[in-house]
Amino acid sequence: MLHLALFSFFGAICVAGAINLLAQRHPINSALSLIVVMGSLAVEFMLLGAEFVAVIQVIIYAGAIMVLFVFTIMLLNAGEEERSAGSRIAVLLGVPALLILMGLVAWVLIRQNPASGTVAAGALPGTPPEIGRLLFRDFLLPFEITSVLILIAIMGAVVLARKEH
Amino acid sequence: MPTSFFTGTDYALSLPMILLSLFGLGVLIIDLMLPAEWKRWNAITALIGLGFSTAAVMRIQLGHFADGRPLVGSFAYLSNVGGQVVGSVLMDGFSIYFFYLFLLGAAIAILMSAHYLEIEHEHHGEFYALILFSVVGMMCMASGYDLVLLFIGLELMAISTYVLVGFLRRDKRSNEAALKYLLLGAFSSGIFAYGLSLLYGLSGSTNLQVIAQALQRHYSANPKDPIAIVAMITTATGLLFKVAAVPFHQWAPDAYEGAPTSVTGYMSVAVKSAAWAMLLRIFLWGLYPLRPVYLPLLVFVSVATMTVGNFAALSQNNLKRLLAYSSISHVGYMLLGLIASDNITNKTGIQGILVYLLVYTFMNLGAFAVVTSLRRRDIIGDEIDDIAGLYSKAPTEAVLMLLFLLSLAGIPPLAGFYGKYFIFLSLIQTQHYVLASLAVLYAVLGLYYYMRIGSAMFMRPATDPEPVAISPGMQVALAVTAIGTVGIGILPEFFIRAAGWSLGIQQAGTSLLGFLR
Repeated sequence: MLHLALFSFFGAICVAGAINLLAQRHPINSALSLIVVMGSLAVEFMLLGAEFVAVIQVIIYAGAIMVLFVFTIMLLNAGEEERSAGSRIAVLLGVPALLILMGLVAWVLIRQNPASGTVAAGALPGTPPEIGRLLFRDFLLPFEITSVLILIAIMGAVVLARKEH
Repeated sequence: MPTSFFTGTDYALSLPMILLSLFGLGVLIIDLMLPAEWKRWNAITALIGLGFSTAAVMRIQLGHFADGRPLVGSFAYLSNVGGQVVGSVLMDGFSIYFFYLFLLGAAIAILMSAHYLEIEHEHHGEFYALILFSVVGMMCMASGYDLVLLFIGLELMAISTYVLVGFLRRDKRSNEAALKYLLLGAFSSGIFAYGLSLLYGLSGSTNLQVIAQALQRHYSANPKDPIAIVAMITTATGLLFKVAAVPFHQWAPDAYEGAPTSVTGYMSVAVKSAAWAMLLRIFLWGLYPLRPVYLPLLVFVSVATMTVGNFAALSQNNLKRLLAYSSISHVGYMLLGLIASDNITNKTGIQGILVYLLVYTFMNLGAFAVVTSLRRRDIIGDEIDDIAGLYSKAPTEAVLMLLFLLSLAGIPPLAGFYGKYFIFLSLIQTQHYVLASLAVLYAVLGLYYYMRIGSAMFMRPATDPEPVAISPGMQVALAVTAIGTVGIGILPEFFIRAAGWSLGIQQAGTSLLGFLR
């Protein structure tokens, strides 16, 4: 019961942080709300028994990536964002469409036979040795291709931002 | 399951990708040392890399395929018989066929690019490196048997292409096209990833074979299992977006128009073939049990794609936009092949799609090569007015362009006919008569807009006096595409057999096309 309460509590914080991220006008405030989202997600992973993912979430997302975000925002000295008048049609059609979609997905998930969808916490493999074995044997190629992916992302940024000669 | 992490089989089967990555890195390093007037050597290095990679693919095909014995590595599997595959790479005839297709498309695109980039003053080595890396991504998409590899390959290819589209930094259209393509591409990748995550949730595995087995159980237990349907629809949306099928096509004309012309050609053939490889792999291998559910969806999408593609192309005055809509309509025809064939009881339609993609590589790249050569000093050269009077300026090129256009329209002695022929044949075999007649009608409509370009070339006077010069690289590109377009038309047997071999069709001595010759 406590488990469920904690899970719902951090889930609500996570969603609230995400909404706050969109609502804030100053980029720094948005970045700080993103840290809240990442942190509460890490707790959710922990509650689901995926300790490794939780730790990675804190170290990489809440740590490394957020530091980069905050650095960039401060370096660019980004001010408050200017709001343009939003399109009426987007609000009139988009919000109900989003609600319908969310309702549909929730309905589908609830209607599923719950017995087929439950797993005890910690029953799934998630320890570092298992992840390492998967990563460097079955998924060795995707793992290596990811490094190429990162390389071209850096290279692409350099190409698109290069100086005129 | 072997205990070592990287076996000789893994090495042999991933060698084409390893070589391409090494040459891509090589181009990046060599580029730093080259003086500005030597930048062509980057193109030559990239072509050598493609050559080595082709040799590695041939080594797999000739060295391991002949004896029919499956090879098992830690993550890579070679098989021409099927069977349980648990790694992330499946090297079968299907993969090898697409590998050749990507290498061919990339090589022709590089030949087209060198002179064009010099005119645009954007001749940098990164261009060729990006093409090589995008081919690595495509190879992952064609040979991936695991959602993780498929997705990472897709992203590798897509991010390279976003950068290539925006490569002309000083051109506002290029920047706009890149941004639109990036935003919509990222959005569709998100939807696709959502579908993949649901598939993983349903099966507990990212392996396509395990997913197919799990979906089979779900489908036989409850044919209207809502989660399976949501997973199928989101996955299909992502895939149909990547091949630019209606209603997910809006990005294509803008991205095609703004991109450097040689990149547009590359996007319309190699990038599209890769998206098709992944689409076929997922629809025919992973989602096969849901075939009765996705068929109506595909019928709708393919009819909509043919309708919008053909009708929108009628009124275009920009050559690149026109060819973009024509490429959308071709996707509609190809989808018909997937509707007719399931790759088990009937393979003609899938074979038709493979032949179509090969033929399309030649004829569409040829047409884009001609459009690329219209870019001259101070002339952008992508309106129909710019191609007017081409016959008086460069008669050979005008005749070749006419050949490519006739082939795109599907006129019999040329290659394009065989692509459509097999698709229509498969529709007749599976008794989809309404769809077949609709497709034939749309093919007639296509002739009109292709011939608009033809009449401008031959009947109208030139609007500018600037001559059309053809660089040596472009000459080779035009020669290869023309030989391909005419050659497949006259001697289709070899190519049709190649496509049949890649699907593991047992081929007797008698030919399917015997009555035609």
